[in-house]
Amino acid sequence: MERRVVFSGWLFPVLLLLPQLAVTVVFFFWPAAQAILQSVRREDAFGLSTRFVAAENFTAVLGDPLYLASAEITVLFSIAVAGLALASGLLFAVMADRVVRGAAVYKTVLLLPYAVAPAIAGVLWLFLFNPSIGIVAVALRRLGIDWNYLLDAPQAMLLVVLAATWKQISYNFLFFLAGLQSIPPSLLEASAIDGASPRRRFWTIVFPLLAPTSFFLLVVNIVYAFFDTFGIIHNVTQGGPAKATEILVYKVWYDGMVGLDLGSSAAQSVILMAIVIGLTAIQFRFIERRVHYA
Amino acid sequence: MPIKILAAVAALLGAIAGPAFAEPIELQWWHAMTAINLERVNKLAADFNALQTDYKVTPVYKGSYPETMTAAIAAFRAGSPPHIVQVFEVGTATMMAAKGAVKPVYQLMADAGEPFDPQNYLPTVTGYYSTADGKMLSLPFNSSTAIVYWNKDAFQKAGLDPEPPKTWPETFATAKKLKSGGANCAVVPAWITWTQIEQFDAWHNLPLATKANGLDGTDTELVFNTPVMAKHITTLAEAIKDKSFDYGGRTNEAEGRFVSGDCAMIQTSSGFYGNVKTNAKFAFGMTELPYYPDIKGAPQNSIIGGASLWVMSGKKPEEYKGIAKFFSYLSRTDVQREMHEVTGYLPITKAAYEATKASGFYEKNPGREIPILQLAGKSPTENSRGLRLGNLVQIRDIIAEDLEGVFAGKSEPKAALDNAVARGNAILRQFQKNIQ
Repeated sequence: MERRVVFSGWLFPVLLLLPQLAVTVVFFFWPAAQAILQSVRREDAFGLSTRFVAAENFTAVLGDPLYLASAEITVLFSIAVAGLALASGLLFAVMADRVVRGAAVYKTVLLLPYAVAPAIAGVLWLFLFNPSIGIVAVALRRLGIDWNYLLDAPQAMLLVVLAATWKQISYNFLFFLAGLQSIPPSLLEASAIDGASPRRRFWTIVFPLLAPTSFFLLVVNIVYAFFDTFGIIHNVTQGGPAKATEILVYKVWYDGMVGLDLGSSAAQSVILMAIVIGLTAIQFRFIERRVHYA
Repeated sequence: MPIKILAAVAALLGAIAGPAFAEPIELQWWHAMTAINLERVNKLAADFNALQTDYKVTPVYKGSYPETMTAAIAAFRAGSPPHIVQVFEVGTATMMAAKGAVKPVYQLMADAGEPFDPQNYLPTVTGYYSTADGKMLSLPFNSSTAIVYWNKDAFQKAGLDPEPPKTWPETFATAKKLKSGGANCAVVPAWITWTQIEQFDAWHNLPLATKANGLDGTDTELVFNTPVMAKHITTLAEAIKDKSFDYGGRTNEAEGRFVSGDCAMIQTSSGFYGNVKTNAKFAFGMTELPYYPDIKGAPQNSIIGGASLWVMSGKKPEEYKGIAKFFSYLSRTDVQREMHEVTGYLPITKAAYEATKASGFYEKNPGREIPILQLAGKSPTENSRGLRLGNLVQIRDIIAEDLEGVFAGKSEPKAALDNAVARGNAILRQFQKNIQ
């Protein structure tokens, strides 16, 4: 069944692999090794004096109530973003799947936010909602809502969750749409003939068959919320007010680049690295096997 | 044989091309200036480059103040730092601790044989950037202090005296009148920690930290959680609650609301002047920071903000020569005067200040002398010489976080200040450990 290409020597395959290996080593393994090395050291910002401190940075980070608070915020933020983005992505996909006329237009428009870089998305939301200059902020105040996310933590959280979700819906939409289109029409037709309502057809056939896609997207969305939302947080709230929106990846940046405490920052990124490895392992273990149905 | 010929040809070519076609030595200058201040930086470099042919100063915009500093540190670690980097005043302690990474200005000038007398500079400005025995480590570039800008049209509209309030009680009263007189936003302080804690303490001759606010050693401890401060923050929080004050954020984002006419009064940097002058469509005035008249010795003097230029280590002697020449150029009276008059930053030399005064500039432009008078009006005390705290950027954020908690009605002023002091001290001890 499987077709294999067999190379006569070892040199050519190695050459073919080399560019990818080089990229992986330079952009992944090397920085990762640097981070691990840095995480067991304490040094000044300029690297003029360096001392080996073993696990001191890790114990300090894990015993820091601010770090644990940030971890809590990250979990909350990720659940909110992943949940909202998955639900709305699925909703839009189901709607778009039914549209007959102008389907291409809807799909294109729904995909557009994905083409926007997180930093740009952050600036867009900032222009809309900033208490000083935002258009929506002015409108909200006219409506009598005291909109000032510079002071109000729940408002700040709501805003970054919405901005991060908005950016991720497209991606989910695309995968759900592909998932929907790969469901054999014969199944749906058969159940329609049996008299199942559209709602029932969705919950008993479509939704279970989409489960592998949903699970894959869940992992991808959590990884997205954990790591790719830095640009949004940085532009909209800078982790504020009072660290209410400081997710772990923002804290890594803040402690390293603003606080100039490289040891602690590196220890935090090593912890994050472990989380990603864990999530990836889960994904491979549970999804790769079940992603092909039928 | 062919090698010898090649070498001879090369030597000959070198002799012909050498001095006549020598490329000017490039000097990288990383900075964080935007808008009209960016134009000023570019003009200074261009003018210096036009003046001579040996050196070429290339200004590079590197983002915000913290970003510029971090970029220079990262570049130093990677072995290719810029020649000159503009570092804001809160980064001063970090740069000073980095012996071996920077070349002190006094040494730079001495090595290059460039005439340099620290006595020519304004002590209120250079004191901040000098060692305890008066050796200048970095060259002050854009020095400012916090002042008050007020919108005269808005005062008139609210039916108020055409005079700005002088004290804090008057400021709070004026704010209420402005608000009831129809102003959307009455008073807004920018740079919350800088204006309400750092400047406030110096201006009232209160200590922010021990060891002369850190100038006398890194084993300094924060002590600003005083009853006076707690009372001030309480009043401020009440004003924010009844909307006669607005909370404008941790940096200068509120400045836009003053320029647009939305806020009638703002407390912010004197370096904001150029922006107001260019963009405000109303009559405005400048005045000194308010004070509490019941506090003995107030007003004292305010402290410096802005940034200075640091020279990085590991460059060639001829490059240092160029930097020294550039610094001499920046200190020239005409150059300083123009910079002061256009941007609102302070002149750094006594001669430039005297020349500006003699020209009648301050009579023609009322309010422009306020930053200098406010800084140098009284001879500074232990509490008002300046601040030198490690990781001050982080400490500022910590204080701002706790203040935001108070303004949001979530915490009590005294508890918040205690908390900020405790967390800030932890940062100071960490800094002390890291630079050992």
